[in-house]
Order: sequence, then C-alpha cells, then structure tokens
Amino acid sequence: MTNDDELRALARRLRAHSLRMISQAKTSHIGSCLSVADILAVLYGSVLRVRPKQPEWPDRDRLIVSKGHAAAVTYAAVAEAGFMPAERLAEYARNGGQLYGHVTHMGVPGVEMSNGSLGHGLPVGTGMALTAKRDGLAWRVFVVMSDGECDEGSNWEAILFAGHHRLDNLVIVIDYNKIQSLDFVDKTLRLEPLAEKFRAFGWAAREIDGHDVGAIRRTLESVPFEAGKPNVIIANTIKGKGVSWMENKVLWHYRPPAEDELAKALAEVEAS
Amino acid sequence: MRTAFIETLNELADKDSRVCLVVGDLGYSVIEEFATKHPDQFVNAGVAEQNMIGLAAGMALSGKVVFTYSIGNFGTLRCLEQIRNDVCYHSANVKVVAVGGGLAYGNLGVTHHASEDVAIMRALPNMTVVSPGDPIEARLATKAVVALDGPAYLRLGKAGEPVVHADEPAFELGRAITMREGSDLTLIASGGMLATSARIADVLAEKGLSVRLVSMHTVKPLDRDAVVRAATETRFVFTLEEHSIEGGLGGAVAEVMSELDGPRAPLKRIGLRPQFNKVVGDQRYLKALHGLDEEGVMKTIQPIIARSYGLVS
Repeated sequence: MTNDDELRALARRLRAHSLRMISQAKTSHIGSCLSVADILAVLYGSVLRVRPKQPEWPDRDRLIVSKGHAAAVTYAAVAEAGFMPAERLAEYARNGGQLYGHVTHMGVPGVEMSNGSLGHGLPVGTGMALTAKRDGLAWRVFVVMSDGECDEGSNWEAILFAGHHRLDNLVIVIDYNKIQSLDFVDKTLRLEPLAEKFRAFGWAAREIDGHDVGAIRRTLESVPFEAGKPNVIIANTIKGKGVSWMENKVLWHYRPPAEDELAKALAEVEAS
Repeated sequence: MRTAFIETLNELADKDSRVCLVVGDLGYSVIEEFATKHPDQFVNAGVAEQNMIGLAAGMALSGKVVFTYSIGNFGTLRCLEQIRNDVCYHSANVKVVAVGGGLAYGNLGVTHHASEDVAIMRALPNMTVVSPGDPIEARLATKAVVALDGPAYLRLGKAGEPVVHADEPAFELGRAITMREGSDLTLIASGGMLATSARIADVLAEKGLSVRLVSMHTVKPLDRDAVVRAATETRFVFTLEEHSIEGGLGGAVAEVMSELDGPRAPLKRIGLRPQFNKVVGDQRYLKALHGLDEEGVMKTIQPIIARSYGLVS
C-alpha cells in the first residue's frame, strides 16, 4: 500500500478499532493509541518488509512497539496487515484471550516483542540491529517509543551504544505527543532539545509532523539518513488525535470512552 | 571456575559462530583471548547492564547463543527486569554468567557480595540456574547451557578453586551427581561449598559414619528425586551453599522436603545468614564468620547428629 489516501484510511480504521476495543474492555491508553495510529499505519501499511502469512520469515524487518501501552492500536495494525483475523481483536483484555492490555508477543503473530515496562524495546532492538549489521543481513529494526519513555536510563545506554557502533539499520520513531503519565513532558522531565541530544550521541535526527502520513512515509523510506548513523524520527503528535475532545488531555491516558462517547468519537474519526 | 568457563567458551565459539559473549566492561585478563579470536562474536556493552541484557536478548532472538558476563549482582540484580521480561518471557537463548558468586570478592564490599542471586534467578519462569561446584563442573556446565535452548544463569566463583571431582563425571542439567553413597546422612552442596563438603564427608567417614555427598550443581530445575531419596534413605539432610539460606539451594530443597508425605529426615540449611556483612573480610574470613569454613560446618552438623551417633562435638 503506497497510496497515501489508503494509508490515511488505514489509520482511520486503526483509530476506530482502538476506540471500540478500549471502550468495550474499559481499559486505559486511548490517547496513546490515537497519537501513534498514523505512524503504525505507515509502518505496517507501507514500510515494513514482512510476510503476514509467514510471520517468522527470517529476513523480515523487525518492529518493536516499545510503548507497550499502545496495545489496542498495535493489535489492530497487526490484524489489518493480515497477520491474524480481525475477529481476534475481541480478545483484547478479555479473560481467556491472548491480547493483553500491553503489547504481547505470545500467541500474537506479527508482534515481535512484548512490552509494558518502558525502556525495554530499544536495547533489544539494538541487539537485533547489531546482529543484522555483523552478519551482513538486509533487514532493518524499527522501534516505536513514547516521549515519556525517554526518561528511562536504559534507553540512553542503548542510544550511546547504537551511536558508537554506527547502527544505521536501526530506526527509532518517537511518538512525541508531549504528555506523559501524570502531566505534560515539559512539566515532568524536560526532553528538549531532543533532536540535539540524539545528534550529540551520534544519531541522525529528523523532526516531522507525526500525523502527516505522506511525511511519515517519505521520512521512513529515506533511512538511513546518513551512512553510519542510527536514525531517529521525532514525530510531533497530538495525544488523542482524531477525537477533538480527547486531544491534549491527560484524562484520556486513563479513561475509556463510555458507550455514548464511543459513538461520537467514531463519527469524528470517520469524518476525518 | 572462571578460567574453566572462558576456556570452554573459547572452544565452543571456535566451532559455533552463533556463540557470542557480551560483557559489561568487566573481565580484565579473562576475556581478551575470546575478544581477539572472535571479534564478531564479542561485544563490550560498556558499564550499562540493562542494555547489556537487552542487547543479548535481541541478539538471541536473531539466532545467536549469547553469554553475558559481569560480576555477581551487576549482571543479575541491576538488570533484573530485563532478565525477566526480555530474556525469560521471550525464552531468549541468553546465558547470564556471574563471576564472584557468594563472597568471592569479600573485601571489595557488600556491593560485590552475591548472596541473594540464586534465590532471585530461581524465581524466574523459564530460567535454569546452575552453580557448578568445581572447575570440572564449570566446564561441563558451560557446554550444557550452550546445548540448552533457552535462558540460563551460570554462577561462577573466581579463579583458583580446587578440583573436587577425581574424574570427569556424567553431567546433565537438573541431574545431581552423587559423589559418595551413604545411608546415615546426606550433604547436598552447590558452588564452592562442594569442596568444603567433600572434606567434611571425609572427616565424618573417618568417624565411622556413612555419608552421602551430592553435588546439586543445578539449583533449578532441582533434582527432586535426589532430594527425596536423601530425605527417605538417610537420617539427616544438610544443604551447603555460599548464598543466603533463604531461597537458594537450601530453600529449594526445603520446598521439596516440606511437601513429602510420610516420615522423612530432618533438614538443616547451612549457608550465609541473610544479613549484610558489617566487617571487612576476604572470602575465607567472611565464610568463617558465617560458619562456612570446615570447622564452622562441623560445629553445626555435630550437635544435630550427635544424639544418634554418639559423636563428641
């Protein structure tokens, strides 16, 4: 799928799935799912070299969703990509199912790694990228992170390592929605200047609009940005994007939409 | 044990390019040959243990057999959640190696005393925990964890431990080695306490006792059958380990024995008291403070068996 209109339609479906799943299961993190929906739509819909019918294909690109709380949208993306039937999304956070409320690999084809505790995905992705580099393999590693997750020291250990080892087959996309668990990022632990921090660690950094699927696609298609440097895409996003009254509110990191809210939210997403 | 480990790993890496070593900026005078001979199989992760384990998991999930190497607590406790989530939950083929198990780095400080590592590693699902008793077992254990498809924790001492086994024993993970048969009492030992236990067994045998000596090199999965036999065929069971008496070998044996139906031998766990050391001491000194030298172990054992065997303590 290389047509941006198709990717926008996919992103709308990911938002709609997420809203339904989270509303029905009464779980948290709808704001995080909505903010990363366009990024995941482009990755699964256009960029990743994967074979949904052969999830363990050795030469596949690896995608690690390190912000494991964005689980509903990740499962939706995996289902829309054809790794599993969409009916399985009903298992989300349901007793006896396999789709936990944080991204889980076990029993879920297309999910490379389980996450939920923040700061785990990047070190593992770095180990994968190192292996591909050393063995001369063409597959790439993409790690989707949250901004709050940049507080974790383990990430900076990996950022230092990847820069030193010139892992230009490693790509981070930061879903930079400016809101973390309790408050705005700026009021919690300031990250700025974020791109400059990465550059100082030997990375090539790009800043884009994380809801412009064309920009996301073009940027992802142009990696490596510089030979010998790992890549970071700082995707400026809006928490709760696509549902006007959820946007930029800490509340929707936690609250599931009630039934009437769900209908209104779905209508907004479909009209977008 | 450290030397036996790295020599064996070098040999394995010669034959199998999947075998990698990731160190946390430790291993001076240990890892150089490996690093030189196998540059593409070696990584120094720097002083960054969380990333060290994450890297290892990522490499293992890409087809490698990855050993991580650090000092006791640094490579286990500092990065415990990485070991739990990234390695164990994903059944990644990572072998966590700790040097300086127990009090091997005695006078370096409490930070370097690995006294709870076995208990904590043992609690993790999918984890195999191995604490070899001498350099021969360290060599065999290194080979065995490479052959095992999944996570393992290999707890080593340092260099210079005595060889206890006269000959190379049959070695299988999860299968204890009975080094001496006996019916009066059983000594179940792991790690460096195997050597002490072997000497104690000799002393007691000279006193006319029939002593069973069991090397329980694999603490998880525990050889339950060996424990049940000791508890039902001999009259006393002692566990000996250079680790807290809480949750390690003694804890594992106690779990099995406490659930046995019918008559069984009493159990005494001999190990480190679960507290931080308050005075400086090298390994030998601190072990004596904890009653883990030969004299201290005899002092613990004798009163317990004296009534039955008329021994003078």
